[in-house]
Amino acid sequence: MLDRAVDTSAKAEATRRVRFRGAGFVPASSRFGGWIALALVIALWQAAGSTGLVNPLFLPAPSAIVRAIYELAMSGALWQHLSASLLRIGVGWLLGTAAGVVVGFAIGLSRLARSVGITFISALFPIPKIALLPLLILWLGIGEEPKIATIGLGVFFSTAISVYSGVDAVPRNLIRMAQSFNVPFATIVHKVVWPGALPAILAGFRITASVALLLVVSAEMIGAQYGIGAFVLQAGNLMQTDQLLAGVVILSVFGLVVGKVIGWLETRLLHWR
Amino acid sequence: MDLIANHISHHFGDLAVLDDVSFTVSAGEVVAIVGPSGCGKSTLLSILGGLLQPTSGAPELRGAPPADSFNPLTYVFQDFALLPWATVEENVEFPLLHTQLSTAQRRALVDDALRRTGLTDFSKTYPKQLSGGMRQRVGISRALAVKPAILLMDEPLSALDSQTRELLMEDFVRLLADGGMGAVYVTHNLEEAARLADRIVVLSRRPGRIREVVSVPMTRAERGEVAAREKLLALQNQIWSLIRNEAIDAEREVQHA
Repeated sequence: MLDRAVDTSAKAEATRRVRFRGAGFVPASSRFGGWIALALVIALWQAAGSTGLVNPLFLPAPSAIVRAIYELAMSGALWQHLSASLLRIGVGWLLGTAAGVVVGFAIGLSRLARSVGITFISALFPIPKIALLPLLILWLGIGEEPKIATIGLGVFFSTAISVYSGVDAVPRNLIRMAQSFNVPFATIVHKVVWPGALPAILAGFRITASVALLLVVSAEMIGAQYGIGAFVLQAGNLMQTDQLLAGVVILSVFGLVVGKVIGWLETRLLHWR
Repeated sequence: MDLIANHISHHFGDLAVLDDVSFTVSAGEVVAIVGPSGCGKSTLLSILGGLLQPTSGAPELRGAPPADSFNPLTYVFQDFALLPWATVEENVEFPLLHTQLSTAQRRALVDDALRRTGLTDFSKTYPKQLSGGMRQRVGISRALAVKPAILLMDEPLSALDSQTRELLMEDFVRLLADGGMGAVYVTHNLEEAARLADRIVVLSRRPGRIREVVSVPMTRAERGEVAAREKLLALQNQIWSLIRNEAIDAEREVQHA
């Protein structure tokens, strides 16, 4: 035993370090990297515009877009268009979400609602909802209603699907636990199913917010006097590209803000994760 | 209150899982159920607590439950089954929410249950912040809060490391010693069975039948002493010899499903 120990240590061979091979596959995003890249692209764009390299009719410089937004804001036109769009999105999204949550829970909790609901949703979900706008105009007239209904329908189907998937994903063992304590159905839904499905519901909000934005712009392009979609279309028809892009920037900012709000809701409501 | 397994058999589709299992857990008695893996131990416990409908036979109760019990048959789960969005005290309070108790009465029960499991200082923490052992203490605390007559414990220590297991086993010994609380303790760990049970029901491999019911002729307090070690080991060996061959067969079995 001892002999052998002496034997190995006596080998005077050179040692080599074991090569490290665990690098990579953990991309960490650096804090300012993204902003720097964005600023760089905008600077290049601005330079291309200022030097006359790019025709401002096709791609106005960022400064021109900022000026256009400023002028829109000053003249009050921005608010007129934005408020029209926000009203349609807000009402449509709320109606669609409320109905979607109710139907989603029904499908998640009741056998009857599930068999009926899933059939209808699978049949109707694939329809691009904007295709229904002409029909909805026939039904509801040419006011705000058909636009709101189109948005509501688009939001409804996505919400219902994400809600019932969320309810399905609530761990079975927690429901069994509640049953084993004789907890009544309503309390199980309120205290177990609802919080358990909430992550999926909030994830669904991200999708429905972009669905609503897409549909409001499409509906406004088809027939509206006011609204960001109508404004962008008009600007395009008049070849006012700076105005057009101003509208696009406003839409992008709106999308960002909604994303931030949902992110904030997630950290508030899902802090336990 | 006694809990009786009355000729319970169960099939999952074509697969026979339990075959005519009958035994009685008298008030205050601790009965362990052991057997090779897949013998239907956990299925049997689900049936006993009314969470699964057996194919034939039935779980039955005899005698009135204790007057102060909110949930006479109370589970302690292998995976703890804690609500991840609720704090420790909210988890313990959860099974009391639907009772007629006032907030102050609920608080008192929760505080008492937390104190008995040493969780008072952790009442505001969330499950994910706790170690496995502490999480199972929350599960036990929640079970104690409803003042059960019989605890239905489904491999409560098998998700824990061996040191934590040892510590919780000591807690169990203390809990089961200081009251009229009975328990059905499902485990594959023969040491746990020998340390905790008054009687050990040994099941055969699937479909689970009762092979033997072994009594442990010592009080739980005595079993903690060094002198008892040898006797307990002998008992474990005796049970192991009953199930070893079947455990080998069970392990080598090809799953059909």
